[in-house]
Amino acid sequence: MKKHALASAVVLLLLGAAAYGALYVAPTERTMGTIQRIFYIHVPSAWTGLTAFFICFVANLFYVFRRQPYWDWLAVSAAEVGLAFTTVVLITGPVWAHPVWGIWWTWDARLTSTFVLWLLYVSYLLLRTLVEEPDRRALFSALFGIFAFIDVPLVFGSIRWWRTQHPQPVIMGGAGSGLEPTMRWVLLFSWLAMLSLMALLLRARYDVEAMRGELDSLQRDAEAA
Amino acid sequence: MTRSDLSPTGIRFQNIEKRYGGLWALRRVTLDIAAGECVVVAGRNGSGKTTLLRIAAHLVRPSFGEISFVAPGTNGKLAAPRTGFVAHATMAYDELTAEENLLLFARLQDIFQPAARVEGLLREVGLYERRASLVRTFSRGMRQRVAIARALLSEPSVLFLDEPATGLDPQGVSWLAETLRKLRDAGCTMLMSLHGESEISSLATRAIRLEAGSVAADTRTGANFRSILTFADA
Amino acid sequence: MALLSNTAVLLGKELRTEFRSRELLTTTVVFILMVVVLFSFTFDPSSTESRRFGPGLLWLAFLFAASLMLQPCFLREQTNDTLSALRLSVNDPFAIFLAKLAANTLFLLLTELLMLPVFSILYNVPVLPVLHWLVLTFFLGSLGVSIAGTALSAISAQARMRELLLPLLLLPLLTPVLVVSTQVTAGLLDRAPFVEWKGIGFLAVFDLVFLTALWLFGEYLLEE
Repeated sequence: MKKHALASAVVLLLLGAAAYGALYVAPTERTMGTIQRIFYIHVPSAWTGLTAFFICFVANLFYVFRRQPYWDWLAVSAAEVGLAFTTVVLITGPVWAHPVWGIWWTWDARLTSTFVLWLLYVSYLLLRTLVEEPDRRALFSALFGIFAFIDVPLVFGSIRWWRTQHPQPVIMGGAGSGLEPTMRWVLLFSWLAMLSLMALLLRARYDVEAMRGELDSLQRDAEAA
Repeated sequence: MTRSDLSPTGIRFQNIEKRYGGLWALRRVTLDIAAGECVVVAGRNGSGKTTLLRIAAHLVRPSFGEISFVAPGTNGKLAAPRTGFVAHATMAYDELTAEENLLLFARLQDIFQPAARVEGLLREVGLYERRASLVRTFSRGMRQRVAIARALLSEPSVLFLDEPATGLDPQGVSWLAETLRKLRDAGCTMLMSLHGESEISSLATRAIRLEAGSVAADTRTGANFRSILTFADA
Repeated sequence: MALLSNTAVLLGKELRTEFRSRELLTTTVVFILMVVVLFSFTFDPSSTESRRFGPGLLWLAFLFAASLMLQPCFLREQTNDTLSALRLSVNDPFAIFLAKLAANTLFLLLTELLMLPVFSILYNVPVLPVLHWLVLTFFLGSLGVSIAGTALSAISAQARMRELLLPLLLLPLLTPVLVVSTQVTAGLLDRAPFVEWKGIGFLAVFDLVFLTALWLFGEYLLEE
């Protein structure tokens, strides 16, 4: 309990510091003004989401070859947390775009790819609800998770190429395009804060899954007796 | 059927467990089936007989434990002996003829002179006249003959049979019993699940009873033998 | 080698089974035809517009058709538990996948090529001058669809709501194929046709990546 409270406090602190940095420390962007500050949520969320999905991918691989249930618990936790961060990306995109461009959605390459990424992992979670037997569910979702993750670079690559044929307004510019050093620091710090939040959420979600697993095996042992 | 190179093969179950969600189909099954033994597995429906067979055939992966084929005397594990499996299902394609089905599996298993072997087997199981008919048109008994023919294609050293007499008329059962007897006498290791006593169960040299996934009884001869087999009907 | 001969034998079985009933082929062709016709009601099918929307329409139709056509792939092996028979007979389970994806690619390609003249006539888009490039594009795209689709149909065959599950899993995964194939096809159907080599290369990479993934993980897809 104590460790958990301490960890939460640290995360909260980091997030608070990041927010402060984003709102006050980072200089106001030339052309877009204050709304641009949402950049410090949007971009780190995307990176954190991908980090979570990468963790899911690794967990998937370990499950397929080792078959220990805790890999499956980690995988589903990472997928859900990753999906949460990806949702933030999809929301902050339009929130930023509307005041600036007057439209809610542009088929900007990265945002579109993120949408497909989101769909992929929603499918992953849906697959899990449609396979009842736990070992089967773990194996199948691990295999689909592997296919999904190796697809990610292909998705991003193909959509970016497509967009070079049909250019559209690019949200946020390239990451690092014309970023002042202060901005870069705030950005990286925001990412750090988000990663710590990700770790916290992962842990919490994993614990729930682990408890479920324990309950399961206790039930089975009880039935056997 | 020539029995020239039937390599004796035993089966070893070590702490085999299989769970399906909340249900343990098999619990801590440790068995050593010697080469050439003819083992009958009896038990109620749901006692784990089919799972046991499928794990032994390497179709189902156990949740825990190890399953292996062993060469007698050496205690070493055999890589991939020739096996045959006869299940509830036909394991043949409805849209192909009996001959096409057998040729398919013969070619897949790289059987020497497949056409000749298939013809021989078709004659032996009494399906030669219907060889060009689609399996879809076959009766239950005929399907079982196709299944048995397919299982015997590779001249297996180990044969698995999951309630093989289902759907066979009395002549069919006699014919199957005779076929299995010849195989047993030639040294084929057999593991079969049966419902109750019959001509086929009389071939067994060992009887095992499964209850709720565990081995409840295991005898080679004696008074218990009969009771194990008949208990299955209870 | 054993893998190739097993694949050849199994491919023969897949083709023989399908050409006996032809149910998969006919239903898929009719489905694509329906989509192509229905789509024509959603925009003004003049030649210019058709060149703009045509490629996307074609590939969407192919994708939807594939996600339906691939459902029976492993489902039909459950009827008499023939999948177990296959697993017991073949040396390398990858042969089962290779045979099925080869067959599926062939069926898809066949239906696509049957649709091409229909599309060309209905939408007034000439295809003959670029036919060989179209065939190459269709082949590479269909191969990608088949590889992913065959793999995922092994999963959906054992899940609930499998009719919806396969498209659900397959369509997002195939986004790159849709995007790139459409681009390449658009280039070929343009007034001044050109071959988008980058796209062709990309499709080949996609196919290779997923074929390798299937090779590495296929046996687990068939596990019980």
